Amino acid sequence: MILLKGAHGVDPQVGLDEPVDVLIDGGAIVEVAPAIDAPEGAEVVDCAGKVLMPGLVDMHVHFREPGFEYKEDIESGCRAATHGGYTDVATMPNTQPVTDNGTAVAFQIVTAEKVGLNRVHPIGALTRGEDGEALAEIGDMTFAGAAGFSDDGHGVQSAGMMRTCMEYVSQFDRAVIAHCEDESLTGNGVINEGRASTRLGMFGWPALGEELEVMRDIELCRLTGCPLHVAHISTARSLDLVRAAKADGLPVTCEVTPHHLFLTEENITDSYNTNLKVNPPLRTRDDAAALVEGLLDGSIDCLVSDHAPHATHEKDCEFEIAYFGTIGLETTVPLMMTNLVEKGLLSWPRFVEVAAVAPRRVLRLEPVRLEAGSVADLTLIDPEAPVTVTPEYFESKAENSAFLGQRLHGAASDVFVAGKRTLANGVVQ
Amino acid sequence: MLSVRNLIDTTSLTADDITQILDTARSFDEVNSRSIKKVPALRGRTIVNLFLEPSTRTRSSFELAEKRLSADTLNMGGKESSVVKGESLADTIQTISAMNVDAFVCRASFAGTPHVITENTDAKVINAGDGKHQHPTQAMLDLYTIREHFGHLDGLKVAIVGDLLHSRVAGSLVPALKTMGAEVTLVGPPTFQVIDPAYYGVEQTSSIDDVIEEMDVVYMLRVQLERMGGAAIPSRREYNRLYGLTKERAARMKPGSIVCHPGPMNRGMEIMGEVADAPNSKILDQVNAGVCTRMAALYLLLGGDDNDLA
Repeated sequence: MILLKGAHGVDPQVGLDEPVDVLIDGGAIVEVAPAIDAPEGAEVVDCAGKVLMPGLVDMHVHFREPGFEYKEDIESGCRAATHGGYTDVATMPNTQPVTDNGTAVAFQIVTAEKVGLNRVHPIGALTRGEDGEALAEIGDMTFAGAAGFSDDGHGVQSAGMMRTCMEYVSQFDRAVIAHCEDESLTGNGVINEGRASTRLGMFGWPALGEELEVMRDIELCRLTGCPLHVAHISTARSLDLVRAAKADGLPVTCEVTPHHLFLTEENITDSYNTNLKVNPPLRTRDDAAALVEGLLDGSIDCLVSDHAPHATHEKDCEFEIAYFGTIGLETTVPLMMTNLVEKGLLSWPRFVEVAAVAPRRVLRLEPVRLEAGSVADLTLIDPEAPVTVTPEYFESKAENSAFLGQRLHGAASDVFVAGKRTLANGVVQ
Repeated sequence: MLSVRNLIDTTSLTADDITQILDTARSFDEVNSRSIKKVPALRGRTIVNLFLEPSTRTRSSFELAEKRLSADTLNMGGKESSVVKGESLADTIQTISAMNVDAFVCRASFAGTPHVITENTDAKVINAGDGKHQHPTQAMLDLYTIREHFGHLDGLKVAIVGDLLHSRVAGSLVPALKTMGAEVTLVGPPTFQVIDPAYYGVEQTSSIDDVIEEMDVVYMLRVQLERMGGAAIPSRREYNRLYGLTKERAARMKPGSIVCHPGPMNRGMEIMGEVADAPNSKILDQVNAGVCTRMAALYLLLGGDDNDLA
């Protein structure tokens, strides 16, 4: 038995936003009350000054296994996730071979169980080999445990094929997670088209390259009824399209990354920092402000990192040939605490909603609640913990963080997965 | 002394920097007109010409400039270079640097390559063109040519015509002209226009005919022929008709105005032969200015102060 004592409990699902004690036994929460006396033999964790919530879920990460274990593998990815405060992650299928069949889905789940830190929910590919041409075995993957379907990395280019995918997925109660990028518009783009591409002399990746596909996929959602989740939304106009779709009552959700909230194309200077090369690219200040507003007002459902590890040699080169992506699992919580929660812009219940509650809903996972009877998947955050973003801070194999050098505060101190303490005082167990 | 350590772009140059380069270039222009075209200014210095994409005129111009300053030169690049063999740029630079060289002159296909070089060496770095980004010595030779003709740069009206979007020449020339007080108008088909002309603080139009009569300088950019065939412009013929500097258009230019082109020219496309060869064409003066302005840049960056310029 474990007694979490003196935490500030936050769970909007049960209307909780006050100090509580939580007693865990046999992998489940057995009691939540203002004050609980420690039963004999119980391990007591002093949570004074910390905030307790349902375990955080990052529904958009790349763990690179199988195929690119030199960047990251399921074990190092899980260590990073745990260090970042997560109980659950959803892994994108652009592995090698692509995760496009039930066996590949099962492989990830079994490997993660051996690591024993996180619940890993593979996202299956929509099309075989993510080549956009033939349906992958979506049913087989659903039965094996896939939590959603996506051709993340480039998206499905043909509207007809995307329609087929969404029609087919609609029978399985899973969302299609859309990487919205019309490659005929984005071409060789490596940076937001506009001021930044002009200033730095590189091909632009126009906002319309995303918006046109958001528009298309919303209409395909309307046609097929298949739930649509727009991945890593990056522009104000994309967000307006999602808002309008929601107002129409369509099953459309979306997610945003910290780098699209807190960085803009202006951060890319003459030093051509390749860790700022991400897909979709960093946008304008107005876009970032609109995304923050969308996160606060409920238009954006989920907070994700799009954790995209790469080896140093893949980033330590010219910007135009560097790989796209930043790691993020270990910086999301500190960034949200420092930039939004501490400033009073983002309430704790809203943070829990976007980082724990909504992702479970989109992935069709069982809800986790701060109440008796719920599974004990919990995250404890110390809002005061200092974090300096250095390569040494990361449990990830990779160091390609867009936020290197930043001094932040607020980080997960403890994580419990089915009552097992996987992070203790900031140390992965 | 210049305010910059390396010559990477023209946006970091002050008006004073540019004036110094142009004034110094004039001294070297005089050297270049002698029968013995050589000064000992950079004797004992080693300069590496790292050309990671093909170049004939820029490379020849730099090589002559270095030789006339008595520097030792090492030419690298092309198919035999280790970069082509898969070595990273950082490794290549560190390897050459370990041989104690004084400067890199770099031509590259990718924007920002000169910056990556600066992070891997203590040697000075001169950008000889990086992708679609900048080509600062081209801008200096253009400014030199224009200033020699008019005696000044401020207040001049300059039209830059052509493929602005993919042009490192425009990328360097526009800010340099602005810094020196010239008024710049960009002209090109919408598919070749700069995405954000406000960044440069310049006007942009798709009509050369609307502006040609006001211009002191009409600067024609080279059109990369591989951009034709429906990708951005339909044909050589139509481009010539809409944007080419034809005899008829040239005849409308105001008295005393000049024509420039960075070369190599597509005669019959962006510029007609008669216009290129007309008395007010400064195209060969630009080539001549290339050597003396590059000598000036090398001399000022490599601190030839303990040597005698003459």
